[in-house]
Amino acid sequence: MRRIAALVALAAAPVLVLGVLFVLPVAGMVAEGFVEDGHLAPGAVLDVLARPRVHRVAWFTVWTSGVATALAVALGLPAAYALHKLALPGRAAVRAALIVPFVLPTVVVGVAFRQLLGEGGPLGFLGLDGTPAAIVCGLVFFNVAVVVRTVGVAWESLDPRPGQAAAALGASPWQVLRTVTLPALRPAVVGAASIVFLFCATAFGIVLTLGGVRHATIETEIYLLTTTVFDLQAAAALSVLQIVVVVALLALSARLRATPDPTAQRTVAPPRAVRRSDAPVVVATLLLLAAMLLPVATLVLGSLDVGDGWGLDNYRALATAGEDQALLVPVTAALVTSLRTAVDAMWMALLVGVTVSLIVTRRSHSVAERRVRSTLDGFFMLPLGVSAVTLGFGFLITLDEPPLDLRDSPLLVPMAQALVALPLVVRSLAPVLGGIDDRQRQAAASLGASPWRTLLTVDLPVVWKPVLAAAGFAFAVSLGEFGATSFLARDTDPTLPVVIFRLIGHPGEHNYGMALAASVVLAAVTAVVVLGVERLRVPGVGAF
Amino acid sequence: MLALRDVTVRYGDTPAVDDVSLDLASGQVLAVLGPSGCGKSTLLRAVAGLEPLASGSVSWDGADLAGTPTHKRGFALMFQDGQLFAHLSVARNVAYALRLRRTPSARVATRVGELLDLVGLSGYDDRLPGTLSGGERQRVALARALAVEPRLILLDEPLSALDATLRERLAGDLRAILHAAGTTALLVTHDHEEAFALADRLAVMRGGRVVQQGAIDEVWREPVDEETALFLGYARVLRDDAARRVLDAAGLPPAYAVALRRSALVVDDAGPLRAVVESARVTPELVRLVVTVEGVGTVDAVAPLGGRVAPGDEVSLRVDVTRLALLPITP
Repeated sequence: MRRIAALVALAAAPVLVLGVLFVLPVAGMVAEGFVEDGHLAPGAVLDVLARPRVHRVAWFTVWTSGVATALAVALGLPAAYALHKLALPGRAAVRAALIVPFVLPTVVVGVAFRQLLGEGGPLGFLGLDGTPAAIVCGLVFFNVAVVVRTVGVAWESLDPRPGQAAAALGASPWQVLRTVTLPALRPAVVGAASIVFLFCATAFGIVLTLGGVRHATIETEIYLLTTTVFDLQAAAALSVLQIVVVVALLALSARLRATPDPTAQRTVAPPRAVRRSDAPVVVATLLLLAAMLLPVATLVLGSLDVGDGWGLDNYRALATAGEDQALLVPVTAALVTSLRTAVDAMWMALLVGVTVSLIVTRRSHSVAERRVRSTLDGFFMLPLGVSAVTLGFGFLITLDEPPLDLRDSPLLVPMAQALVALPLVVRSLAPVLGGIDDRQRQAAASLGASPWRTLLTVDLPVVWKPVLAAAGFAFAVSLGEFGATSFLARDTDPTLPVVIFRLIGHPGEHNYGMALAASVVLAAVTAVVVLGVERLRVPGVGAF
Repeated sequence: MLALRDVTVRYGDTPAVDDVSLDLASGQVLAVLGPSGCGKSTLLRAVAGLEPLASGSVSWDGADLAGTPTHKRGFALMFQDGQLFAHLSVARNVAYALRLRRTPSARVATRVGELLDLVGLSGYDDRLPGTLSGGERQRVALARALAVEPRLILLDEPLSALDATLRERLAGDLRAILHAAGTTALLVTHDHEEAFALADRLAVMRGGRVVQQGAIDEVWREPVDEETALFLGYARVLRDDAARRVLDAAGLPPAYAVALRRSALVVDDAGPLRAVVESARVTPELVRLVVTVEGVGTVDAVAPLGGRVAPGDEVSLRVDVTRLALLPITP
């Protein structure tokens, strides 16, 4: 009992933070739909869910996410094998290159795909601009890295001996894959697929830039309903629908994800020399890499295109506020705001994330204690699936009066972004902390180390790199965050993604060129951060 | 029959297996014995086709296997810890190779029944590997390896993961099963007891090389050098005068070096050697002594239980000629 009391006391601070900054806004947003004139009126919500447009939007969300997930898995598996099991030259660089799209700001990816698929773009002849196919391509572009990471890391630490035993019993390589390897990888594949589906179903920036009003998913529909139609009831109804689906999906994926044995040391099999029979896999990986580089290359080229030749005019224009006063501040000022916001979001996400990870990974001494811990674990994963738009709008309508009047606080945007990054931080740190054999701590304690000293000598040496990596990821995620920020950032103080979205919405050749240049700058900053993280060689980061 | 000619396997620049040649006739069991890290497991994996050869050849009945991948060699490999497929039941594990060959399911069922019977695990069909004990898992692994009657079975320390009593019992079973099935087997181990329990022939490996091979009793009686002798369970090696003195007392012609087991010298009032007892330790069967023999030095000896031998006593010793081996080495 005392342990549980201590646990609850320790967990109080992060729970309070998440309660005020997450549960309250989301609940406020939901209440907007259910409460009418101070009375509970669930009928209106049901009316909204019966609308044909809502059905269309829901179905569109499900099928685009489903197709994108299937494609991401199909393209990701060969790459996971080639990049994690084969001794390909330059595989570290390719692995790093493939992780970048995952953290590229959604708006940037949207702009890159429009540049690629739009009229006059290299693939304009396909006529995909503004079609669902373009949205699916964008979603796949984003999420392939999740599959490659998650499955690749699981694959390289897979014990090779069962496969060898099967081969010695006469199983051909294909039979080994089908009967031994894939069953062993199933938890990783299912885990990756469910998380990718989740990301696809709640994708915002990319769908908004590629689909506009015509092709809306639940997430963008919530945005359109709140900002342009002001139908808060309908928006709230959709939020509820989304939360229910996401929570169900998270619960399902948690059940399917096998819990690794924390006492088992993770060993990585050395990569194998490439054989002739690996050709299909290697070719598939190279094609994937090319497909991933294409939008980025188009974006860079587009930003250097100044109409009658090449030049840096678009980049020079970043010091201005755009044509026809498209913006209130120059783009460079927005970049500074972005960086400052990202630093704030990073330390907030780390502070909460490290505390949460420590809490959820300590060994439980009783069933009740374990239940409390796993409930907390699930609780802190919630922001992963709840729409950033819902969160952003919820901030606006609930944190606007004393004692919680944060609307004018410069920390409002970082707080929202930190919440979006929090699950990533916890997912990076918790497995590492959980992987430390508790007997090491017991050994330290038996040698006379205080709990604090144990933390310093046993946990810290293992965890400092993952903490650094998680910090980098939180920073990158915050830099690119668009869903919540688009609600919360003030016009006089916008972040870079918000500015890019404004610029592409404004008419004018120059504004578009500036949007491209700003996208390149934002992508470059993010890529540098992520490649820095990659150099730390922390296997779990970016894997789920 | 299996033939290895000048097989070399390298990890990077270091040779793990260095120029090894071995022959194994059909129906025989060959044990490769060596300390850990001597390259014996690598040798086994090379035979299975899991490690590429840097040079040399592995052939079966005269056909070189260089281009044959593991799954086409027809050699079943049994790992130290069994490596059962955790997601398949015992019956599905045993039937694994049969199903690969699309054996009709009725035949599979009977064969699985036979094999589980053979390894003494009838009725375990639906159990999952996670619920079995270590010994049971090894038996299932053996049944799985034997299912398609492999032309050669490769055993990687099949008993060393088990506790002592279980090991002894399973060793007897394993030998009986291998002989009943008429299987040719190549076994690697670091435990000479395990090798003696299972094998007909023995190859001793050290530092990647085979230093001695032959029929098991032959190798045991005539170890080729001091290190081999010590590895085979001989306690001490005497040289020069010490060796000559002991051999003389045994009534044997002189030699440069002799290896003694711990029971080579026996307390006997009529014995020709005089010694002073340094220490005495009682075991269930006899008393083990450490004695200093004049002109020989400190050696081991035994005394029958019940005799009163205490440190400081002077005793006479005789030599048991079946408990020593002459080493073919020179200064």
